[in-house]
Amino acid sequence: MNNFLLISLSDIGVIISLIVIFGGLLWLLIRSIKAKEVDRRIIFIFIFVAVAAPILFPITFQESATEVVKGVYDKIENLPAGSKILISFDFDPAMAPEVQPMANAISAHALEKGHKIIFMSLWATGQALLSQTLETVVLPQFPEKEEFVDYVNIGYKAGNEGVLNVIVADFRQMFPTDVNSVPLDSIPLFYNLKSCKDLDMIVSIGGGKPGPKEWVLFVGDPGNIPMGVGVAAVVAPQLYPYYPKQVVGILGGVKGAAEYESEFVKNYSKFENMDTPGLRMMGPQTLAHMVIMCFIIIGNVIFFRSRRKGGAK
Amino acid sequence: MKKTAIIVTAVVMGLFILSWVLKANAVSATAESNYILRGFLVTIAAFLTLSVLSFLYKDNPFYKFAEHLFVGISAAFWMCLGFWSTIVGNLIPRISEGLSNAFKVPYIGGDWGNVLGIDIMNVVFIFPIIFGVMLIMRLSSNYGWISRWPLALIVGTTAGLNFVRYLQSDFIQQVSSTFVPLLGNNWTGFGDFLSNLSLDASGQLVLILANWVIFIGVFCGLIYFFFSKEHTGAFGKASRVGIWILMITFGASFGYTVMGRISLLVGRITFLFKDWLEIIS
Repeated sequence: MNNFLLISLSDIGVIISLIVIFGGLLWLLIRSIKAKEVDRRIIFIFIFVAVAAPILFPITFQESATEVVKGVYDKIENLPAGSKILISFDFDPAMAPEVQPMANAISAHALEKGHKIIFMSLWATGQALLSQTLETVVLPQFPEKEEFVDYVNIGYKAGNEGVLNVIVADFRQMFPTDVNSVPLDSIPLFYNLKSCKDLDMIVSIGGGKPGPKEWVLFVGDPGNIPMGVGVAAVVAPQLYPYYPKQVVGILGGVKGAAEYESEFVKNYSKFENMDTPGLRMMGPQTLAHMVIMCFIIIGNVIFFRSRRKGGAK
Repeated sequence: MKKTAIIVTAVVMGLFILSWVLKANAVSATAESNYILRGFLVTIAAFLTLSVLSFLYKDNPFYKFAEHLFVGISAAFWMCLGFWSTIVGNLIPRISEGLSNAFKVPYIGGDWGNVLGIDIMNVVFIFPIIFGVMLIMRLSSNYGWISRWPLALIVGTTAGLNFVRYLQSDFIQQVSSTFVPLLGNNWTGFGDFLSNLSLDASGQLVLILANWVIFIGVFCGLIYFFFSKEHTGAFGKASRVGIWILMITFGASFGYTVMGRISLLVGRITFLFKDWLEIIS
């Protein structure tokens, strides 16, 4: 009884949202069976409510890392402390809600393990998002880490695949300095680092061109460098053929980000209160997917009913 | 202009100004010094988000305004970026130390040697400037043909570079990855297999099943695209399996696409609720 009374406002919000959404879908099904027109804008409203409700009244789900996500996690986990990892931010603000959580979680994990990180970007718009990760993850959560020793931001360089083709042989030809014009030769992290071949791992996060695919083609494969990729969901299926021979693991869309965050938070209790946007986004994702599946079922019911009546063939 | 349109525009503008004032007021309570600018930026971002989403109702002037603004700003942004990142960032440091100092970018001295006191690297990198000018000739109706030469160079170089890389990574490596052991990696006999039977994702059974799916999927998929023989009998059945494999692949891609689009919507709605309306923390 006491537990019942302890039901929170958020839970009430969730229950009301679910009743509204699924009651509405039932109304839609009945209306469709009666062969009444359904305006496409009604579908948009359903999707909006299905996405907005779990944001206002958070619904959380337990996630556990799949093999393909654990591939990236385990690689970072098992590298000896002090290993050099390059993280490339190859995305723009439009893609950021999906892939920035991956970038944050991977950066935090690598720094926590004592690895040294080189941040860069092949997208001009990626540089600002890279700075965001530095400001929201690296600086506040790892104040003891030193720039140039534990991490360095070499910024954006124009040239797409051309840049990759050069840095696989020599970093300094493309990046003579870091983002603040500090020469690479004076940066301790770059003392014994000539090219990408001297790195222990590369993580490319993105979803467009140039992006993870180009990293595999122009750097990972020719340099035989372990590669992990975090990609926007739309392009994830294109990257799967590279797993497990050409990439150690793939974080596909917000689900991949949520799985990585979950694995990280589970194994490092000091980060249990860290912001996990990937996990938070799984609530709206799940509800929206359920609504879309209901639409597909309703659409099929109507199609087969009308075909039986001799309508659409 | 219709009276209704004027009223709607006036209401939207009024709401915009009201939102700006309220937002600036809310921001002024924090440590942010530029609260008027911050209030404006958040409000304009919310206005543009809602303008774009309004297209879902029907085409309207607010959507058109947001669309045109996006195209205009993008064009200007990439133009400036092209100059500062490609010409100033990549070219000038390779052609002149004086210009590098003027633009405050570090000069990249090449070890290409000197001829008559001139750095060979500086001379070689004059050619991209010439090709760039030739490309711009496209704008001329009389000399537009000149732009075809650097364009041919770009296409040829890109094709040459990509050909090698795609052949290695997308063809040879992929063919190699398809040759999978149909009995798993460590087959030591049926007895051992049964005694260690497990449904674990990294177990022998799952590995064998996965390898069979790859083998049958590739084989039947290729048969579906083989048109020199009629798709009848066993060949036709294999072709049917091939089309099922393709459909499942497309389904997975569609599922991922839906997930991606929903994520973007989550991002925008989170912005509206958190940064603009501040109804969630």
